[in-house]
Amino acid sequence: MTAPNQTGLDPRVKKTLTRLVLGVFAMFGFGFALVPLYDVFCDITGLNGKTNTQAAQYSVEGVDKERLVTVQFISRMAKGIPWQFEPMVREIKVHPGERKVVKFFAKNEAQRDIIGQAVPSVSPGQAALYFQKIECFCFNHQPLKGQESIEMALQFYVDPELPKDISTLTLSYTLYDITASVGK
Amino acid sequence: MTTETISHDSHDDAHDHHDHKMTGIKRWLFTTNHKDIGSMYLWFSFIMLLTGGAMAMVIRAELFQPGLQIISPDFFNQMTTVHGLIMVFGAIMPAFTGLANWMIPMMIGAPDMALPRLNNWSFWILPFAFTILLSSFFMAGGAPNFGWTFYAPLSTTYSNGSTAFFVFAVHIMGISSIMGAINIVVTIMNMRAPGMTYMKMPLFVWTFFITAYLLVAVMPVLAGVVTMVLTDTYFGTSFFDAAGGGDPVMFQHIFWFFGHPEVYIMILPAFGIVSTTIPAFSRKKLFGYSSMVYATASIAFLSFIVWAHHMFTTGMPLFGELFFMYCTMLIAVPTGVKVFNWVATMWRGAITFETPMLFSIAFVILFTIGGFSGLMLALTPVDFQYHDTYFVVAHFHYVLVTGALFSIYAGVYYWLPKWTGYMFDETLSKAHFWCSLISVNVLFFPMHFLGLAGMPRRIPDYALQFADFNKWVSIGGFAFGLSQLIFLAVVIKCIRGGKQAEAKPWDGAEGLEWTVASPAPYHTFEKPPKVD
Repeated sequence: MTAPNQTGLDPRVKKTLTRLVLGVFAMFGFGFALVPLYDVFCDITGLNGKTNTQAAQYSVEGVDKERLVTVQFISRMAKGIPWQFEPMVREIKVHPGERKVVKFFAKNEAQRDIIGQAVPSVSPGQAALYFQKIECFCFNHQPLKGQESIEMALQFYVDPELPKDISTLTLSYTLYDITASVGK
Repeated sequence: MTTETISHDSHDDAHDHHDHKMTGIKRWLFTTNHKDIGSMYLWFSFIMLLTGGAMAMVIRAELFQPGLQIISPDFFNQMTTVHGLIMVFGAIMPAFTGLANWMIPMMIGAPDMALPRLNNWSFWILPFAFTILLSSFFMAGGAPNFGWTFYAPLSTTYSNGSTAFFVFAVHIMGISSIMGAINIVVTIMNMRAPGMTYMKMPLFVWTFFITAYLLVAVMPVLAGVVTMVLTDTYFGTSFFDAAGGGDPVMFQHIFWFFGHPEVYIMILPAFGIVSTTIPAFSRKKLFGYSSMVYATASIAFLSFIVWAHHMFTTGMPLFGELFFMYCTMLIAVPTGVKVFNWVATMWRGAITFETPMLFSIAFVILFTIGGFSGLMLALTPVDFQYHDTYFVVAHFHYVLVTGALFSIYAGVYYWLPKWTGYMFDETLSKAHFWCSLISVNVLFFPMHFLGLAGMPRRIPDYALQFADFNKWVSIGGFAFGLSQLIFLAVVIKCIRGGKQAEAKPWDGAEGLEWTVASPAPYHTFEKPPKVD
């Protein structure tokens, strides 16, 4: 039993106190550990719709001619980037395993040079693991001079392992202005 | 139970000359007495209740009619945001900490909290936190306007410049609650009177014990997530910024990992309070004491694995939706155990309807309504319709206002004679109860229908077909706000005098706190009582 207002703490109180303080710091660390944990979890499950950030090797044996999957393309500009950016084809049908190339058009409508970065996301999230990009402009920064325009290619295939209940997948690109952070 | 009553000739009086008691403002600034600190917590939380309540009045005034008439949409967002922050962190949580400070040492037969100086500090940093938060109203850009849930990128990329103030305020509030929680755990684990085993502790103490563990576990996660928001906004990190490889949805996962246990932090102590008052006024022992303890612990455990039910609409695999749906529905089982135990306690009891009992009975009924609407929201398929509508607003106000707040009123009325030494004005307190009960239902019940009909939350304007219900809701809101001033009158009147309270003013009450005189002497249980 400790009496209040004494300088020395009862050893039992000290022990409980130490454990709780350690618990607090551990949980603070856990909050940050959730960030890599979440990324790992999403890599495994495709939960957040993120696609591969490195070029995938095309390694498919046989195209599934029986099945047609609709792939839709959407583009949007993050706040404050003065570009025109859109898919040149809105929607295509592919057989799983088949390689396809689609083009996106981008134009820097400002006078200054801007570096853009497209961030892809696939919906539904589970399909992200089966959408494989062999070549994509989103793997790199896109520097465009003032008023310059470009056609950018995306080569991809849909993995034949794609779950049967998914017949449409939507690939959305959001374009960000990263001039400031790259310039540093 | 045999106990010793400690009586002091000089008891709780601001200008009293006890050996280590100072006078005037210094007494309150430097006090390490759990009763003083408890009182300060309670007064602070009531001031915050009125502050946050005033913001709710502004919101309801704007929503009285369709169209924009009184305030701008941006200021409306600031009102909803700061109202939420103040009510959660400023009103409900400090009120519970205040009750814990006052009552836990007296209930377990301890002379004070285990760490009295830490206790002083955990209270005194709170006013600074809320000064920082409220000061942002007077700055360019205004107060936080991104919702109390501060979803990224609203609080990062699209912040109005208040993010830093918000983050530091939340950090201080978090440190305060963590220190308060540590103190509660250390006190309960080490300072119980001889003979008071864990399973002999009053349920009130149990619920605070478990709540304190929840606080220690999740407040640091909140501190982590606000820190990430801070560095994303000002230091160029990309935790939640998709352009830099982050993920805004991850914000919601981390936030709700804190946020869901947080809602139990605000309701488990309420369970403890009504588990004290209902047996007292039913003149029966609490039905199923040990099942109550285990139910509280189960709810606390389950609260960690249900967070994603707040984000069903973010796009989750079917398996995830089912997992979080079933886990959430599972919480209804221990909660049901509790509700049935309260009803069973009242069953064939010799019930009298003093004000604390009225609030407790209202709690059981109205909290259950809130629980049921929670169960509806837990169902993934229908949640897509209810998400972000007034149905959600109705749900969480039923559990937080008629749940947490009503239980606090029950607790305050129950222990007020012990604190002040006087009985409160019965008529006035019943007026407070009935005015609150009627107006709170006029205020929140129609919101269910508004939500089901599709009125979105956090929007300052609405479609014309919602006009009638919103008018009723606003009238209920103003009436509820005014009713709380009756409470203030009751408390002030009770402090100033009234019928002298006996040591045990409620004949069915049990527990060590009733073995000391009323008002409770400044120092109690300096020699521990013996509990058989």
